[in-house]
Amino acid sequence: MTIAAERLDQSSPAFDEERPTIAFGTARDYYELLKPRVMQLVIFTALVGMLTAPGPINPIIGFASLLAIAVGAGASGCLNMWYDASIDALMDRTSKRPIPAGAVKPGEALAFGMTLSIGSVLFLGLIANWQAAAFLAFTIFFYVVVYTMWLKHWTAQNIVIGGAAGAFPPMIGYMAVTGSVSLESFLYFLLIFVWTPPHFWALALVKSNEYARAGVPMLPVVAGPNATRLQILLYSIALIPVGMAPALMSHAGLLYLVVATGFGVVLAYYAYDLFRKREGDEARKAAFRLFGTSILYLFALFGARLVEQLLPFLPWSLMK
Amino acid sequence: MSVYPQPPELTEEEVQRRNARSRALGLFLGALVILFFIVTIAKLGGNVMNRPI
Repeated sequence: MTIAAERLDQSSPAFDEERPTIAFGTARDYYELLKPRVMQLVIFTALVGMLTAPGPINPIIGFASLLAIAVGAGASGCLNMWYDASIDALMDRTSKRPIPAGAVKPGEALAFGMTLSIGSVLFLGLIANWQAAAFLAFTIFFYVVVYTMWLKHWTAQNIVIGGAAGAFPPMIGYMAVTGSVSLESFLYFLLIFVWTPPHFWALALVKSNEYARAGVPMLPVVAGPNATRLQILLYSIALIPVGMAPALMSHAGLLYLVVATGFGVVLAYYAYDLFRKREGDEARKAAFRLFGTSILYLFALFGARLVEQLLPFLPWSLMK
Repeated sequence: MSVYPQPPELTEEEVQRRNARSRALGLFLGALVILFFIVTIAKLGGNVMNRPI
């Protein structure tokens, strides 16, 4: 019996095996298909990309563009869940997702994801520009086809290369305003790109048994936990200068530099802590601490950049 | 009698869920109409009043 079916009254006629399956999901199940937590990150980083772009943008067009980028990201998450439903069912972390839980049928998720993908790309093209729309379409393609269908099941470097899909939103946001990309928007891409491996591998270390059961060649499954710890440490150290780069190259201010340096050092320290603690509950706690800190790291850096961009528009700044 | 298989009679919970889905879809489509209208006005800008009388 599916998890969703357990919500029903056991004496319901819906339990008759002869009976055709009826669409079961609620609006919330469809919302969950969009991976809302990933969407938050996409909205935040794309917003920073937009606000750091030179030139004005109508706030309504800016808001609508952001919405299109967020829906495009959500659609790619939905298509990812459609394709990976069978392996999601094998892992505790993902078994409650709407498709393995039985709330939404795979065909419904496919139709939902495709409709939103095409709709978001067309909408962004019509309201912003077709360069940004093409970039959004490429990002959806990269995440669904290159990462989900190919890299994820083929190589331990899956999330390193696939991480590019999650790193594109600041560039798309920038492009929605200017129609082109810049060095600064590329630096934000690079920041998320280098941040992705330690972030995901920290979680994969704890969940490696589940990944092994599902046959996904994550680094801890293929190379072992200690090799993964070393890779996490190396990427975290590399992240310090990469995080500071926008300020060092005069694209960001002092606030960003302080936050990037401080959080970069803290993240590298936690990566070192994880490298040292290899056994038992301590190792597990160190992995979760690094995972949580990595989320905070990204929000802090982009948040600092956002504050710097908005500072001149605050009331007390305008009074000067 | 129809040659096509008849859909099963829905349970009360299934009807409730279908109604909830329909309401959500209605709200989504309504929001989309409003969004398209506002974005169109924003794109037109000052030209919104520029029409032959």
